[in-house]
Amino acid sequence: MSSTDYPLAPDPTVEWSGATRRYDILKEAVIATVSVTALAAALSLLFSSPDLKPVTFQGWAQAAPKDFLVTALSELDGTSGVATYGPPYNNVAGASQNIIGHFSLESLVGAQIPINASIAFVLGPLSIPAQSSPGLRAALAVYGHAPPAARRAWTAAFAKALNAARFKNGALVGSFPAARYGPVPVLMSDLFAMATSGALDGALTSTSRFYQTNFTKALLFLADGGYLGTLAQMQNLLGEQWGMMNETGNYPGQAWLWLYTFWYQVPPMSTSPSGDAQVWAIMAILSLGLILLPFVPGVRALPRRLGIYRLIWRDYYRVAEHQEQSASGAPRT
Amino acid sequence: MSAEQQAPTWTGRLRRMGVGALPPERLLPDTQPVYVSSWVYVFGVLTLAAFVVVLTSGAVLALAGPSWWHVSSIGHFVNSMHLWGTELFFFFMVVHLWGQFFMAAWRGRRTLTWIMGAIAFLASIGTAFTGYLVQQNLDSQWISTQAKDGLNASGIGAFFNVLNFGQMLMWHVVLLPLVVALLIGGHVLLVRRRGVCPPLPGRPPAGPGPAVR
Repeated sequence: MSSTDYPLAPDPTVEWSGATRRYDILKEAVIATVSVTALAAALSLLFSSPDLKPVTFQGWAQAAPKDFLVTALSELDGTSGVATYGPPYNNVAGASQNIIGHFSLESLVGAQIPINASIAFVLGPLSIPAQSSPGLRAALAVYGHAPPAARRAWTAAFAKALNAARFKNGALVGSFPAARYGPVPVLMSDLFAMATSGALDGALTSTSRFYQTNFTKALLFLADGGYLGTLAQMQNLLGEQWGMMNETGNYPGQAWLWLYTFWYQVPPMSTSPSGDAQVWAIMAILSLGLILLPFVPGVRALPRRLGIYRLIWRDYYRVAEHQEQSASGAPRT
Repeated sequence: MSAEQQAPTWTGRLRRMGVGALPPERLLPDTQPVYVSSWVYVFGVLTLAAFVVVLTSGAVLALAGPSWWHVSSIGHFVNSMHLWGTELFFFFMVVHLWGQFFMAAWRGRRTLTWIMGAIAFLASIGTAFTGYLVQQNLDSQWISTQAKDGLNASGIGAFFNVLNFGQMLMWHVVLLPLVVALLIGGHVLLVRRRGVCPPLPGRPPAGPGPAVR
């Protein structure tokens, strides 16, 4: 062993010329791949993977009819989450989240995915059965030609009626005179019938081009209701349950999102109307910090201060010290 | 060296540059510096191995299409391999990342190696996230409808629409795996080019040294 085999302060900028050991990179790669494949296969056989069926509009309307109708009515009268969302779905004054002060990236981008909630979720789908239903066609015409004040009065009255609504055999029970509710009961009743039959699932995803892979409209409608959230809560997926990193059932989810999810649990992000924008801004800064960590003063010095490297290279240091002592002739302690 | 090997062609220059930067004995070494003898070093290759499992199981899932695993027991097993391969991939990668941090492995002109590894980690998070979006089950419905708010608030959602299944599927099976594979490949080549970062200088812990063979 020469005096430079185990230098105590090796220069990381020059190629290593100290002691080496035999190493087979190909053998290591093969053993690692076989081992990890076997481990993944064992975990798959033991625990499988979760696959809870997706929610359909048919299932939603059948399981929670009032929630469906309340949501549909809010889409019709423009008070739903999507109707008041702002960019990228529509331009609603004051709806955008601000990263800091009044600076809003989503406002800068604008309504790139324009969605008119009443047309997309209610009037549009109803126009399909209206082709063979004169009553529905007339109701749509009345609603379409009515002044905004009359529409608001009808939907407000129907919203109150829904609070006390009863359902029998999958249908809304009650008397809804046109003088008070206008065409709204007909519209809601027919939309509800579409949903319970499964027709609404198709209507919300169909396009004029036959093929379709975009579920934006359907998912936004689902997310406006309370039913999806109820199912998510049962699976511990809500935001306050650190939901983004969880998986349905007792499976590990995206645990690597723990820091992202953490920010949603602490004020002011947990209570701010711009919480999403703030969390993303924080994560963007932290991600940049991780990438550029070698340049961040203080953080880049942490490894030396923590001293965990002494544990990792303990065998090397032991030999290096022994070598130094032998070279200097100092007595061993 | 023959005149043909020195030919001033693009191909010739690229070959000479490649061989100069990564001669075969450095690209596929059969010796290693003696300090590379900790279990921490194993997690790099384990991450690569898990990446192979994820890519292979993902390729099998892609063969039959995104709905196959919902209706086939074999497909469900392959999906499970994809899920657990991903979990292992991230576990190994995070341990690898912490290990490299504790060793300050960016020293000695290895900054780019660190940067590529960190970007690969972030790109892997994006790739896994899009995988959760294209499961076509309750989980993907919930995750997509929740995640849209953060992406929209940052201005990204208008162009990277997590509610658009087709768009997310293409990102998950084509674009992001390609990005991750290129980053990991570049990261590994840089490790081979620069070598494994040597120990930090400093006094070792007191104690008798072992016999040196």
